[in-house]
Amino acid sequence: MANLKEVRTRMASVKTTRQVTSAMKMVSASKLRRAQEAIIRIRPYADKLFEILSNLSESLDSLEDNPYAVDRGFNKILIVSINSNRGLCGAFNTNVNRKALQLISDDFSEQLQNGNVDVLAVGKNTFDFFRRRNINVVNENDLYNNLDFDHVSPVVEAIMKSFVDGKYDKVYLVYNEFKNAATQLLRTEQFLPVVKVETKNSATNVDYLFEPSKEEIIKDLIPKSLKIQFYKALLDSNAAEHGARMTAMHQATDNATDLLKALSLQYNKARQASITNEILEIVSGAEALNG
Amino acid sequence: MKLEIVTPDAKIYTGEVKLVQVPGADGSFEVLKNHAPIISTLTKGKVQIIEEDDTEKIFEIDKGVIEVMKNKIILLAEKI
Repeated sequence: MANLKEVRTRMASVKTTRQVTSAMKMVSASKLRRAQEAIIRIRPYADKLFEILSNLSESLDSLEDNPYAVDRGFNKILIVSINSNRGLCGAFNTNVNRKALQLISDDFSEQLQNGNVDVLAVGKNTFDFFRRRNINVVNENDLYNNLDFDHVSPVVEAIMKSFVDGKYDKVYLVYNEFKNAATQLLRTEQFLPVVKVETKNSATNVDYLFEPSKEEIIKDLIPKSLKIQFYKALLDSNAAEHGARMTAMHQATDNATDLLKALSLQYNKARQASITNEILEIVSGAEALNG
Repeated sequence: MKLEIVTPDAKIYTGEVKLVQVPGADGSFEVLKNHAPIISTLTKGKVQIIEEDDTEKIFEIDKGVIEVMKNKIILLAEKI
């Protein structure tokens, strides 16, 4: 029989935990709303940009002469692994880490042995994860403090420059895409070199005028769309993180409530048992005196 | 004409306009009603619009791209 004081202490601690998790749930819910607004704001821009780009590239034979589209094989790899700075969000962080590690060990183990795989870690969690495994990591985890386009674009520019300079041959993004508050889609995308945009509807074939020229516009738009793609991945991941945390904390609160219910039942039973015991002792004591 | 000005961080403007003047890469140009479809990159400069009720608005943009199609104008600006 559990002793009363023990159960009482446990109940108090479960109650405190429930308070913390439910507060975290509230905080995540409000942060999620803001993050969701940001991703909804960028979607029209991104969609339009990709639409214009696909309109353009449809009429071009290849992008080969663009510095961002050069295919140099698979010698030097950069993996951009995006997760979060904080924990307590379910499998959110682990999924990204595992996927990125799997990508490295399945496809690029040879390059890894030659020291040609770098990881750009966005988020403390993934930074620690890859550093522990002795993979060369570059850290970018202060991005989440100022998540706006002005702060993100220098980072992307640096990645694009190192690609053009030949420091990397392939750049991949691994991140969680935000679907809704409860669902995240784990994504792996080839960021660089640029692959030709597939056109879904060639029916909308309009004869555009191009100023200054088709090639010039492509040259201008590709870096732009790369930046947007990266920024969008960050926003997606940010919203997904808050969604994941909200769901995780919701579950934790529910679990704490269940546990509390079970504990209070146990407590009441123990209390009742001890009372019965006491009465029994008193009664039998009195009987012994009478007899 | 319907005009939309969008940046990565926000939708700056939506509305009906009479005239849009933009800083094209090859020089400034104006878009009036029934302009031919065009895609053009823009440089740093002023975007001037005249709304249906003749009010004038000016936005400073830092690079961008404009698409005009069937009296629908989409202006993607990197920064305002």
